[in-house]
Amino acid sequence: MKNKLSGFAVPYVVWMALVVVIPILIMAVYSVTTADFDLTGENFTRMGAYVSVFARSFELAIIATLVCLLMGYPMAYLMAKEGPGFQRVAMALIMLPMWMNFLLRTYSWMSILENNGLLNQFFSRIGLIDLVNHIGLALAADPSQYIPITHFQMIGTSGAVVLGMVYNYLPFMILPIYSVIVKLDHSLLEAAHDLGSNNITVFRRVIFPLSLPGVLSGVTMVFVPSVSTFAISRLLGGGTHMMLGDLIEQQFLGGAYDPHLGAAISMVMMVIVVVCMVVMNHFGEGEEQAVML
Amino acid sequence: MAKELIRLRGCSMVFDDVTVLDDINLYINDSEFLTLLGPSGCGKTTTLRIIGGFQTPTSGDILFDGVRINDVPPHKRTINTVFQKYALFPHLNVFENIAFGLRIPKVGPDGKKVRLSEDEIEQRVNEMLEVVNLRGFGSRKVTQLSGGQQQRVAIARALVNRPKVLLLDEPLGALDLKLRKDMQNELKRIQKAMEITFIYVTHDQEEALAMSDTVVVMDGGRIQQIGTPEDIYNEPKNAFVADFIGESNIIDGIMRADGVVEIFNRRFTCLDKGFEKDEPVDVVIRPEDVDIVPEDQGQLKGTVTNVTFKGMQYDIIVDFYGFKWLIQTTDLSPVGSRIGIKIDPDGIHVMKKSQYSGMFGDYSSYSEEYEEIGDVSIEPDEEEPADEE
Repeated sequence: MKNKLSGFAVPYVVWMALVVVIPILIMAVYSVTTADFDLTGENFTRMGAYVSVFARSFELAIIATLVCLLMGYPMAYLMAKEGPGFQRVAMALIMLPMWMNFLLRTYSWMSILENNGLLNQFFSRIGLIDLVNHIGLALAADPSQYIPITHFQMIGTSGAVVLGMVYNYLPFMILPIYSVIVKLDHSLLEAAHDLGSNNITVFRRVIFPLSLPGVLSGVTMVFVPSVSTFAISRLLGGGTHMMLGDLIEQQFLGGAYDPHLGAAISMVMMVIVVVCMVVMNHFGEGEEQAVML
Repeated sequence: MAKELIRLRGCSMVFDDVTVLDDINLYINDSEFLTLLGPSGCGKTTTLRIIGGFQTPTSGDILFDGVRINDVPPHKRTINTVFQKYALFPHLNVFENIAFGLRIPKVGPDGKKVRLSEDEIEQRVNEMLEVVNLRGFGSRKVTQLSGGQQQRVAIARALVNRPKVLLLDEPLGALDLKLRKDMQNELKRIQKAMEITFIYVTHDQEEALAMSDTVVVMDGGRIQQIGTPEDIYNEPKNAFVADFIGESNIIDGIMRADGVVEIFNRRFTCLDKGFEKDEPVDVVIRPEDVDIVPEDQGQLKGTVTNVTFKGMQYDIIVDFYGFKWLIQTTDLSPVGSRIGIKIDPDGIHVMKKSQYSGMFGDYSSYSEEYEEIGDVSIEPDEEEPADEE
């Protein structure tokens, strides 16, 4: 390893110092000071009030990551196994939504999920809502007490938030897994077949373990933005499901103006995320080297 | 007695209108060491892959123990393969690589799945590590092994399943010369000890001659000759085989009678019979079968045009009436000297004319051609070009 930096590295070192290191240091200072910049630990103790926000954020982010993994892995696997024609089309379809504005995409979901949005109109048109009311009426202990529904509540639920996360971040799960599987040495699969494995065993004992590095980076790339998102939870969660991102935003821009508390929350979130990643990478260490091969 | 194990019957393989294999007929005996030998693109690897089950012939049948196995997938064949680039599993250590096949439940004769116990797996893997001289390497990562060690893991991983047949696809291609020689002996020893049929693919004729019971020479998707190494070397069927196996001078001749062949308007006594009278033939004379004598005693007289010192012998190029021969001799004849040669009847081999006649066995363009002939490891259409400096 060369320890001396070459001249070409200087601009990057300066850049990283300016936009990464210094801001983090500023944030760290904010997190341990009061409004008058006196040293205090109060910011962290005050955070106790928001434990439920932390829990909800991590819960929804974990669910969204799992859903992305369950949907993304088979998709990535299929793409890698099919011919180049399918790969090109699938790739274009996966990338296309990413080129559209993030807010536009999320607003579109709002108009789909709203109480009188596209989906509910559709359900009512095909008689699904009437059907539910019929069944509800029939099953109700006291039919006079039964309140018929006019729509399904979709917007403003945790499900809508998870949906928004999955929709926005699924490509970040598919692409790294795909790129690992597509590069797998075909002779390894032949060798596994040759040694007596059927297709399922080949997948279980060769393809899946060797694709874990892709899974790890996919999980990271979905989980980290999910846990800190604020637009998705605000727009699709209807403000009822406050998440860490919303909380932090409120401390800086919202009514609860308190950048010191916001900085402290950000620091804690960062530490938790880093710990999660370190633990995960530790599990995937062996496979990480496999990819380097 | 030798018992037939595998038979290819009229196997052809066509990829995108290109015929890769053309009517291959071949049988392989139990416990035989058979080598498929030929230049790259000759169809030898495709033949191996058909036997392994990775490809299905476009037409023709493959029989195993008399049963047609065209449609039997690789994991249901009692055949294992050592792949060209080893194909070791990078996420498993040496032990687990070798144990890979053992950990897969096998369907027993009663239709029930049989799973080996951990003890048995451990015992068989360790036994195999012993066989390939890798005792104590079990916990190593395969990525930390040298090429020769990886090679031996690949062999152990295949052999531990006790296959009836082991397929080896240019397994020594990536090793240096010294290691290659060692591994040749090693493989031969393992094959003898375990009494397993080896089907070996190589483009290295020396390797083929040194290791095989039977050599199958292939070119252009066809079998050119099947025989023992001695047969192939001493009695090549056509100019391609004669040229591919060792060095040969191949000269146009005319068969004047049984045991009499005419080259350069001179009659030579030979041992070959059964040709038409006055039939045009190809005559093979191996460079080591030519005796150099004083000019006035020679059957043919020529001028030395080139001498290369090769350690054990000199390779000299001699011009006979405009046709240049390669002769190997231990006595130095300087460039420009006139010499005579004598050839014993058993040093002459007569072949029928074939599509390869006139293509090989002429050393006129010696200097350029020689490097290519001398180094068997150079293959023009291999992915890795030979280092050019």
